[in-house]
Amino acid sequence: MTNNELIEKLKGIIAPYIQDEAAFENLNEDTDFVKDLKINSANLVDIILDIEDEFDIRLENEDMEKMLDVKSAMAIVNAKLDA
Amino acid sequence: MKNRVVITGLGVVAPNGVGISEFTKALKQGKSGIMFHQELADLKFSCQIGGIPTISDELKSKYFTDLQLRGFNSSGILYGCIAGIDAWKDAGFDSNPDSELDYDTGLIFGTGTSGVEKFREAIYKLDEGQVRRLGSTVVLQTMASGVSAYLSGMLGFGNQVTTNSSACTTGTEAVLMGFERIQNGKAKRMLVGSCSDHGPYVWGGFDAMRVMTYKHNDSPEEASRPMSATASGFVPGSGAGALVLESLESALERGAKIYAEVLGGEVNSGGQRQGGTLTAPNAEAVQRCITKAIQNSGVSSNDINVINGHLTATTKDGLEIENWTKALHRNGSNFPYINSTKSMVGHCLAAAGAIECVASIIQLEEQFIAPNINCEDLHPDIEAIVNREQIPTEKLNLNFDVIAKASFGFGDVNACVIFRKFK
Repeated sequence: MTNNELIEKLKGIIAPYIQDEAAFENLNEDTDFVKDLKINSANLVDIILDIEDEFDIRLENEDMEKMLDVKSAMAIVNAKLDA
Repeated sequence: MKNRVVITGLGVVAPNGVGISEFTKALKQGKSGIMFHQELADLKFSCQIGGIPTISDELKSKYFTDLQLRGFNSSGILYGCIAGIDAWKDAGFDSNPDSELDYDTGLIFGTGTSGVEKFREAIYKLDEGQVRRLGSTVVLQTMASGVSAYLSGMLGFGNQVTTNSSACTTGTEAVLMGFERIQNGKAKRMLVGSCSDHGPYVWGGFDAMRVMTYKHNDSPEEASRPMSATASGFVPGSGAGALVLESLESALERGAKIYAEVLGGEVNSGGQRQGGTLTAPNAEAVQRCITKAIQNSGVSSNDINVINGHLTATTKDGLEIENWTKALHRNGSNFPYINSTKSMVGHCLAAAGAIECVASIIQLEEQFIAPNINCEDLHPDIEAIVNREQIPTEKLNLNFDVIAKASFGFGDVNACVIFRKFK
């Protein structure tokens, strides 16, 4: 999967949770889930579950703590897929 | 000097009508909202009928965002939010997520239990070792105060926000709690009401107690028979009712429409003494509750024109009527008119008090008495103490000023509130 394909998939997953449309339109690797997209921090656990379902992987508590922006999400998903 | 308290907004989600205009029409027509539910039959319930409000996905999306509806499975919160928002808008206010925080308005919205279907989902997942996959909203949907949490956020209330719980007395108790808060100057407005989930996981315990009727699975609309000689148990219902209570001063200042005045009321308990038990009322405490409610309202028992009873269609209806006759010192043809909204909607449990308070206000506002359906065969014990004419089976247009509403609940708890046409 190319980086662009991965970003598109992540975009589809987080779309229901975002509270800032403009930041979402301009989403890139540096976009922060809470600071930029204004996602309610409680919803981060729902995003984790949706990512698990989409990629058929399992994310641990430690992964979740690191998954604060698009870049870190991509790195963790890629690492799991390669494992 | 205590503040006078009036009602300036109403909302309702009932099995026979969602929204005030549809519910008003249903009350006038004597329309039943009771239906057969295959799910209950499949689960081997004795009572396979019940009252469930009809809520389309389209209607849902007018009150909840797509995000709020993700993984949402709490019918009580759904009903409560719809009724609450409707009441708030009916009172002339806006519902928008950016509204200014309103420290003068609070919320007391009761329930018996919250989100049982969501709780069931969670328990299954948890027992499979999947606690990490419950998602973020199990707590919010299953905590008793879930409905208050959702509603107060939607409306931006900054006064007291809480949930009360007192079985089938809950809604009427919430009205009185909000009333007292405004009366004592602690808030200008209180959105009050109650809600109840629908379905087998709420109703099953009652089925097991054999207090719901099993005789009308093929005639659901005739099943809920308060005061009838052939009453054979209650029919379970669900939904929500909501009222905006407001200080008279604030209502007049805003030029708000005033439905009625809350004159006063009383909440008490029979303490499970003198014949009272966890499930049966102490008759003396019931009578005292009614008597005190009238005293606290500054009226006399002869001023009561109409009663909206608790009257569930169990064997206790006769005792309730007897308690009213003793508390009011009125019987025969001198007894007020009385009706039971449950004949049309069933027993909506924790939501009953609020839905029936809304029904009472509608009847007062539009000057009619809704028919008691299914009690053409009035119970002889009741007919022996109250004239049949006082228990109308057809809609009756009537000019009247005062209606008393009472609710009684498991745990031997009682509430009675007195509403008067505003003048």
